[in-house]
Amino acid sequence: MVNYIIRRLIMVPFLLFGVTVLIFLMLQFLSPVERSALYVREIPKNELVLEGIIKRYGLDQPIYVQYWKWLVGTTDPRTGERVGGILRGDLGYSRTASQPVAELLARRFPATLEMALLAVVPVIAGGIFLGVVGAVNHNKFLDHAVRIFGIVGWSFPDFVFGLLLLMAFYVGTGWFPPGRLSDWANQVVMSPEFHNYTSMVTVDALLNLRLDIFLDALRHLVLPVISLAYLWWALTLRVTRSSMLETLRQDYITTARAKGLSERVVINQHALPNGLLPVVTLAGGTVVGLLSGVVIIETVFNYPGIGMAAANAASNLDVITVLAFVLFNGFILVIANVIVDILYAYIDPRVRLD
Amino acid sequence: MTTQEVALPQLRRRAPGWFERWVGHDVYRTLKGLITNPISVIGLVLLAFFIFVAAAAPILAPYPPGTSPSRIPRDGFGAVPKPPGTEWKTRQPPLPFWWKAVTGKDKWVHLMGTASGQWDIYYGVVWGTRTALLAGLIITACGFIIGCVIGAVSAFYGGWVDMVLMRITDLFQAFPFLLTAMTLSAVLTPKLGKGLLPPAIALIMFSWMGFARLLRSDILSLREREYVLAARVIGVQDTRIMFRHILPNAIFPTLVLASMRIGSYAITFAGLSFLGIGAEVGYPDWGQLLSFARNWMTQLGDYWYIVVFPGVALVLFVLSWNLVGDALRDVLDPRLQGSR
Repeated sequence: MVNYIIRRLIMVPFLLFGVTVLIFLMLQFLSPVERSALYVREIPKNELVLEGIIKRYGLDQPIYVQYWKWLVGTTDPRTGERVGGILRGDLGYSRTASQPVAELLARRFPATLEMALLAVVPVIAGGIFLGVVGAVNHNKFLDHAVRIFGIVGWSFPDFVFGLLLLMAFYVGTGWFPPGRLSDWANQVVMSPEFHNYTSMVTVDALLNLRLDIFLDALRHLVLPVISLAYLWWALTLRVTRSSMLETLRQDYITTARAKGLSERVVINQHALPNGLLPVVTLAGGTVVGLLSGVVIIETVFNYPGIGMAAANAASNLDVITVLAFVLFNGFILVIANVIVDILYAYIDPRVRLD
Repeated sequence: MTTQEVALPQLRRRAPGWFERWVGHDVYRTLKGLITNPISVIGLVLLAFFIFVAAAAPILAPYPPGTSPSRIPRDGFGAVPKPPGTEWKTRQPPLPFWWKAVTGKDKWVHLMGTASGQWDIYYGVVWGTRTALLAGLIITACGFIIGCVIGAVSAFYGGWVDMVLMRITDLFQAFPFLLTAMTLSAVLTPKLGKGLLPPAIALIMFSWMGFARLLRSDILSLREREYVLAARVIGVQDTRIMFRHILPNAIFPTLVLASMRIGSYAITFAGLSFLGIGAEVGYPDWGQLLSFARNWMTQLGDYWYIVVFPGVALVLFVLSWNLVGDALRDVLDPRLQGSR
């Protein structure tokens, strides 16, 4: 086990290095002038000044020198200040949001995290439940119903589903509006009396004992969470169903049934623990997928998280900003995959051998 | 020396018909599985419908001669969408020949209404079928080819080549798909101009990993089989073993995966144009049409047709591929055969 963990951890720096290299290569598509947004706030119009900037930050130097500077930053020869350097947390300056990218990320991330965290429990629990129902009733009516539910969900583009939800539950009734908070609630949250502990509105509202704001925030989250959940249910239930079917065909299940155990015990205690193994891998992917897959959902529901900022930046060709988001998500993805792999090896000893 | 005729027991229930002999037993079995499974029949019918619409687009929604179908015709420039059935006022495109026979009227109307900017939704939906079909097929085909080359090379050479190629595959998988595709197309747009090419290239760049992994693992398991060993023993060349003995058998699961991916790449492609990345405003593309709805969020009750027509088209399109792919997987996966 220790051996496996070490082998797996050794890969991490290499993967992270690879991620940075690929992103840096994508940056090379930009002209040196555009790349100067990595180091300066305003890109000047004057050509002479521009040339000075390109010289000053070494944007005309060999590519490996530039890569190194991009990683650790460079010293501004005029002021002696250290600027840039993604490892220092300086991701450049966002043209579309008119602020440093790192600040934008820090400000927007809690909203996305809040939505993803709210969605993750219903997604995984609901998906597993449906998958098990399908497998247990194999080839009966319920199974077909679950399969159709899954395949339709799998075919529904998230933005179409989101728009249809909005049409059904917002237009006309006004029950579940888009956005993050109503105007009045937003004013309360912005006011100095309201303490921002986590920047996740639902949590903060509870900590501030403001039930009305909590409910308002929840009301805005219902539809995005449902649309996220439906699409991921489709995937989770497919994996659960097929893996449960496989497990239920094993000899030890027949043995358990032959012993006269009730079907409930056979399924819950004998089949489920093994049948859910592949779902663990998927669950890890789900958390990451929810974090990075919110781009479209946030845009549809006008929800101010990192996804919407990224979509906005991408449609305005603000590459510096989007690349920073890719970098951020890529790092999360690499780390999360390692955690999932190790967890998986822990619960399924067969994996460690390979 | 005389040989004695031995009556072999009849192994086959019937002799193969001309069609089965022509396409081969495996393909015949697959096709038969597809047309006897009700789920895949629904999928195939839907698919046939979309292919028909894409092929017949110039008849269903004709363009004035001399104009290119890369822009949806628009009826003026007003911001407020118009409901289905509104009469076409300005710059009316030519009437299709079937129009008068079917409806008895001689005025072209907006069959599915107009979006803001007076883009005709019917034209967008009809010609968008071409875009969706092309995008799904081309992206999947390119990803499939790249993936197959990398997977086959990796499995064939093994050793450090395999190691390096698989680590590169890992690396590409370490990227969040949609976000990276968005970025790459944003990066490519100034070089290639706004259009379908940047998002297509971006999606292809990050679509080959699944194919590569699947093909590699299938080749690796086939390589150990007796018939390959037998071929090697009688001295068949390596490349011949690879292309004649292993690849034709190993490629099927990858092909199934490809058929199941077409729909999801069409979704992603439409998603990118929904976000305003890729096709220029006015290009007939379902995602583009749906993005018009974003400006009318609070009045979608009145302007339902902006969402419903392109939305339903997109859902059915993806559904048709997924149904066919799902059935194909069931037919081709021998492990599932006993359980159905």
